[in-house]
Amino acid sequence: MALKGNLRDFTITQLLNLVNLARKTGSLIIEGPTDVAQVTFRDGKLAFARLGQTDSSLATILHLNQKITAGQYRVIKERAGKMTDKELGLLLINAGYLSQEDILGSVQQYFIAIIRQLYTWVDGFFRFQPDLMPPEDKITVRLDLENLIIEGSRQMKEQEQLQEEIPSLDMALKFSERPGTNLRNVSLSVEEWRVVSYINPKNTIRQIAKANKMNDLAIRRVVFSLLQAGLVQLARPEGMPVAPVTSSSSSRPGAAPLPVTNKEEQKSLVNRLISRIRSL
Amino acid sequence: MQTVKMVITGPFSSGKTEFIRTVSEIDVVATERKISSEVEKIKESTTVAMDFGRITVDDDLVLFLFGTPGQKRFDFMWEILSEGMLGFIVMVDSTRPETFREARTILETFKAYAPTPYIVAANKQDSPDAWEVEDVKHALRLDPEVKIMPCVARNKESVKTVLLELLYGILAEMEKN
Repeated sequence: MALKGNLRDFTITQLLNLVNLARKTGSLIIEGPTDVAQVTFRDGKLAFARLGQTDSSLATILHLNQKITAGQYRVIKERAGKMTDKELGLLLINAGYLSQEDILGSVQQYFIAIIRQLYTWVDGFFRFQPDLMPPEDKITVRLDLENLIIEGSRQMKEQEQLQEEIPSLDMALKFSERPGTNLRNVSLSVEEWRVVSYINPKNTIRQIAKANKMNDLAIRRVVFSLLQAGLVQLARPEGMPVAPVTSSSSSRPGAAPLPVTNKEEQKSLVNRLISRIRSL
Repeated sequence: MQTVKMVITGPFSSGKTEFIRTVSEIDVVATERKISSEVEKIKESTTVAMDFGRITVDDDLVLFLFGTPGQKRFDFMWEILSEGMLGFIVMVDSTRPETFREARTILETFKAYAPTPYIVAANKQDSPDAWEVEDVKHALRLDPEVKIMPCVARNKESVKTVLLELLYGILAEMEKN
């Protein structure tokens, strides 16, 4: 039966937790904002991950992990372009260039990096396909999910904190009116500068994120750091009506006491109910 | 005449009214209204106060089934309905994972009202879009000892099984204490 939904309702961490607890085998397909990811599991352990059409060949993975040089990478691509990942791996081990640990470690790191990227996806459809496994020629791993789940939970906590600090992306930003703050003397990252360049009471944070192609988490991180540094303040966007303050109804009195009756009588009563329901 | 009460709760459109309707010997006294909110407009009407079904056990015992209103703005009714209940059932729409979080909140709220036995019914299991019961259990982060049953609210046998499972749980709880 279908295990599908939207990341808005069920996060990547929760999905990993579910796969881990249920010891699932199959692939999770996630259609994110810009890409489609496939994450495959065997008996609840991470086996494989792929992101969109990104080149995930072994040669590229080893190059990314600095296990081979750019020159070696080019030679492999030229001479062993038609080799499968498994064949290439064996060749490199037998030739003494790399150990099995080097290769498996690199593949593992590559898959983990994809999962980390998925943590930033807050929206997107997912479905679990029990029958979908990675292509035969791909190298797979058997990685326990616990550490990834813990890492994801930490990130989720960060997201929640950021959500608390910046509850709405429909607010605008304005430069702090603190005297003495001079942006020229502040060391900002490229991302922060990109956000700063759009600060204007007319632009909502959401619009700034869109202009910079940043997801919710990324923009919240940048805005939070700017807020913490005292460089900017949250402001109501120009033309936005003032919303009424609503009160929460979460506080509730304690449990109502159950009517006290004889225990045997209660049991007899429940047994009568059971007989009746059975006879329906 | 002795009366006992069970509460059927759960998020909006999880199948509470249908569940009661399937086993009640009287026409369910439902207080349904046309839905005004666009967000919740996945069905035409919703329960605004409570559903009320009845099963006569014998000459001096009647079981009442109370369904809570599904929309959040009527949650002030929950505590009133939970008073003196024998146990409660949390209905979950297995096809709508976006409601799982709310189902968990409702479950926690009712647990706080009264320490009575309860059971979770993973409804709409006949739909191809339904999550497996075990997956729903993990998604709701239920403790291993919490019982979750597959359910099709319009199927009498399925509803009976859920009710019986709750009653067995109540009996077991009584024997434990």
